[in-house]
Amino acid sequence: MYKLVKLVAQRLGLGAIVLFAVSLIIFLGVELLPGDLCQEIQGQAATPETVAACRKELGLDQPAATRYLNWLGNIAQGDFGVSLANQRQISELIGVRLSNTLFLALVAAIISVPLALALGILAALYRNTWYDRAVNVVTLSSISFPEFFVAYILILFFAVNFGWFPALSNVSPDTPFWERVYRVILPATTLTLVVVAHMMRMTRAAIINLLASPYIEMANLKGMSRSHIILKHALPNAWAPIVNVIVINLAYLIVGVVVVEVVFVYPGLGQLIVDSVQKRDIPVVQACSLIFAATYVLLNLTADVLSIVTNPRLLHPR
Amino acid sequence: MSERKQLERLLASGWISRREFVKRMVALGFATSVPASMLASMPAYGAPKKGGTFRVGLGHGSTTDSVDPATWENAYTQFTFGYGSNNHLTEILPDGSLGPELAESWEPSTDAATWTFKLREGVEFHNGKTMEASDVIASLNHHRGEDTKSGAKGIVAPIKEMKADGKHVVVVTLEGGNADFPFVLNDYHLAIVPGNADGKIDAKSGIGAGAYVVKSYEPGVGAKLTRHKNYWRSDYGHFDDVEVLTIADVAARTNALTTGEVDAIDRLDIKTLHLLKRNKNISIKETSGTAHYTAAMRTDTPPFDNNDVRLALKYAVDREALLQNVLRGHGVLGNDHPIGLSNRYHASELPQRSYDPEKAKFHLQKAGMSNLKVDLSAADAAFGGAVDAAVLMKEHAAKAGIEINVVREPNDGYWSNVWMKKPWCMVYWGGRPTEDWMFSTAYAAGADWNDSFWNHEKFNKLLLEARSELNEAKRREMYVEMQRIVRDEGGVLVPMFNNYVFATSTKVETPEQMGANWGLDGNRGMERWWFKS
Repeated sequence: MYKLVKLVAQRLGLGAIVLFAVSLIIFLGVELLPGDLCQEIQGQAATPETVAACRKELGLDQPAATRYLNWLGNIAQGDFGVSLANQRQISELIGVRLSNTLFLALVAAIISVPLALALGILAALYRNTWYDRAVNVVTLSSISFPEFFVAYILILFFAVNFGWFPALSNVSPDTPFWERVYRVILPATTLTLVVVAHMMRMTRAAIINLLASPYIEMANLKGMSRSHIILKHALPNAWAPIVNVIVINLAYLIVGVVVVEVVFVYPGLGQLIVDSVQKRDIPVVQACSLIFAATYVLLNLTADVLSIVTNPRLLHPR
Repeated sequence: MSERKQLERLLASGWISRREFVKRMVALGFATSVPASMLASMPAYGAPKKGGTFRVGLGHGSTTDSVDPATWENAYTQFTFGYGSNNHLTEILPDGSLGPELAESWEPSTDAATWTFKLREGVEFHNGKTMEASDVIASLNHHRGEDTKSGAKGIVAPIKEMKADGKHVVVVTLEGGNADFPFVLNDYHLAIVPGNADGKIDAKSGIGAGAYVVKSYEPGVGAKLTRHKNYWRSDYGHFDDVEVLTIADVAARTNALTTGEVDAIDRLDIKTLHLLKRNKNISIKETSGTAHYTAAMRTDTPPFDNNDVRLALKYAVDREALLQNVLRGHGVLGNDHPIGLSNRYHASELPQRSYDPEKAKFHLQKAGMSNLKVDLSAADAAFGGAVDAAVLMKEHAAKAGIEINVVREPNDGYWSNVWMKKPWCMVYWGGRPTEDWMFSTAYAAGADWNDSFWNHEKFNKLLLEARSELNEAKRREMYVEMQRIVRDEGGVLVPMFNNYVFATSTKVETPEQMGANWGLDGNRGMERWWFKS
C-alpha cells in the first residue's frame, strides 16, 4: 500500500511538470501563429491606430516573456485571469462549459463502457461465430465513418424523420436534469458509436490472448464451463490492458469532441478552445489546454492505479 | 419630410389604418390624399400580431464576442445587440431610404457640415433612465478619441464637436460637409446607450433603448431577450421573447429549422437550396443588397500599376459563369464598382462589362505585353467559394493568354496577412448604404481600407465635392461619374454582388419589402417580424 501511495505522489509531481511544459509549448505555439488578438478580433475592420489602442489596453504590447511570467505567477495563485476578448473571468467562462463537457462525456461513458465490455466478452466467448463477426463489422464500420457523418445520419433518422429527439443539444445551466439527458442522447450515441469499437476489440483481444495460457487449459480440463472460465479466470488477468484503453477513450470523450459539439450545437469546451485559438485569446487557450492536459494526466494515473489494484504483480516490475 | 415617409411606410405595410394615416398627416400639416399604389398592397396582411417566442439560429457568433458596442463585428452581435436590444438615431428603412429612430428629425447647415438633431422625447432605456442629449454624446464618444478600439472609429472620425442644446437637441459639427451624415448614424456600432455622469458609457452593461431587453447572454452560445415593456414605438417589436442561438454548422442550422427547433436561420447552403424549397413549412427569403465580392489589385505594384493590365483582367473574367457556379445565380452581376442595386445612385446607365478575351488581349497588347503571369491569393475566409472562384478565373483568363497562378492562402489570419499585403487577392465587402461611405472607406486615396492602394485625382476631387452637395440631381451626376471612373480605371475587379439568402418557418410573417442592407431584413427581423395568428 505504501508503494502505491508513493507511486501516486510521484506521478502527481511528474504531472505538474508536464502541465508546466504544456503551458509553455501552447504559449509559444500561439505566439508563433500570425497576427494577434487585436488584429483577429477586428478582422477586416482593423486599422493601425485601433489595433495599437487595443494592444495597449490588453497589455499585448509587452514582450512575450513578460506576459508568460505574469500569467504563470497568477496561475500559481489559482487565478486563471480574464479573457482578453471580452474581459470575462476565465473561471466563470470555463466553469459552465467544463461541466457541460463532463456531463456529455459521463453520459457517453455510461452507455459505451458497459456496452463495449459486454460486447467484447461475448465476442471472446463466441469467438469466430456469426455473432463475433457481426459485432466486429458493425463497430468497426461505425468507428471508420467520420463523427459528423454518424451524427448527421442519427439526426436524419431520429430528429428529422421520426422526431424522437431534438436536433439541437443547446443546454443552459437552468435546463432541468432529465431534459438535459434527453437533449444529449443523440450526441452521446454518436460518441458511443465512435468509441465502442476500440474498447470492445481490446476486451476481446485481451481475453483471447489469455485463453491460450496453461492455467486456462487446466480449467478447461477440469470441465468448467466456457463462460465461467472467461469471467472468473481470464477476465481478472485481462483488466490491465482493458482499463488502459477505456481510460484513453474516456479522455477522448472529454477533449476530442469538438466536431460533435459543433454539429449538435452543444456548448462544451471544444468550441471554446477553437474560437480562442482563432482569436489568439491566449489566457483562455492556456486554461483549456491545462484542463485537457490534466485530464490525460489524471486519467492515466487512474488507469495505472486500477491496473495495479486488479493485478498487484504490476507493483513489482522486473 | 422624414416623418411623412415613415407614415407612408406604415400605411403601405398595413401597420396603421388609412384613417390614422390621414389624421397623422394632417397633424403634421400635409394636405393628404392616400396614394393608390400604397393601398393596393394593404390587404396582403392583417395588423401584426403580438406574442410568441421567436427563436433564430445564426451562423456567426463566437465565444470572444461581447456586449460592448465597440467590439461588434459579426452578424450575431449586429442582429442581437446592434439592432435587437439597441436603437440608433436613424433607421435605414426597408426601401433603402432613411427614417427617424431616436432622432425625430434633423437639419443640416447649408454647407452640410453642421447637423442639428432633435431627439425623441420620453424614450426610456432598459434600466428606466430617460434618454437625453448627454446619452447620445456619450454613446458616440465611445467610438472616438485616441484610446478607442472601436471598429466605428473611422466613420465618426470626421466629427469635430458635439454639443447638447437643452435636453433634446444635439448639434454635431463635422470637419467638412457630409450630406449623408444621418445615414452614418444608423451604423450598428453607434447604438445609443445610457451615459454616466462622467460622460462615458458602461460598455459591459448591455443596456440599450431597443425593442428587446437582454436577459441572459453566453458568448458563442446564445442570448435570451424579452420585450422592453416601455418601448417607445408600438409598430415594432411584436414577439414577447426572442432567443438568438449560434449554430455555426450550416447542416445543423438547416436541421434546426426543419425540425422546428428554431423559427428562422441565416446563411443558407445555396447548394442544397432546391431541396429545402420542397419543405412546405419553410419559406425562403432573398434580398439583394450592397454585399459584394471583389478581387483587389494593388495599383502601386507592377504589373497592376498599369491600367491596361487591370482592364485586361477585368475583361478576362466570365462574371456570368462565376455567378452561376459560385453563387448558383443567387446574386447580381458586378460592373467593377462597389455600388449595388439598392444604393440610391446606382448607375444603371453604365453598360454591363462582360467576358471578352479579345478585348483582354487588346488591352494586354496596349500595355506592351504579349502574355501575362500573375498570382491571385484566395482563401475561403474571403468568402465561401473564393478558392473555386479563383480557379474559375484562372480558366477564363487562360483564353486571353493570361496565366493566373492561384495561391491558396490559409483561412486563419487571412485579413491580417493576405488582405492589403498580397498584390492581388479575393475580398468580401458587406457594402455600405451610401455611395460616399463606400467610396471613402475603400476607394479614397489614403483610406485605411483602400485595398487597391488607388489614388485617382479626379475621383478624389469628385468624392469631396459630392459629399457636401445637397442638390440631389447634381449628386447623382457626380456619383455616376465616380462609378464610371472606378469601373474603367479602378484597381478592383467586382464580379458579383451576393444576395442575402435566409429562411423562416411559415409561421413567421415578414413585411413585403425587407431591408437589403444586411441579411434578415437589414438585421432587424427581431423587431420587424411577427407570428401569424
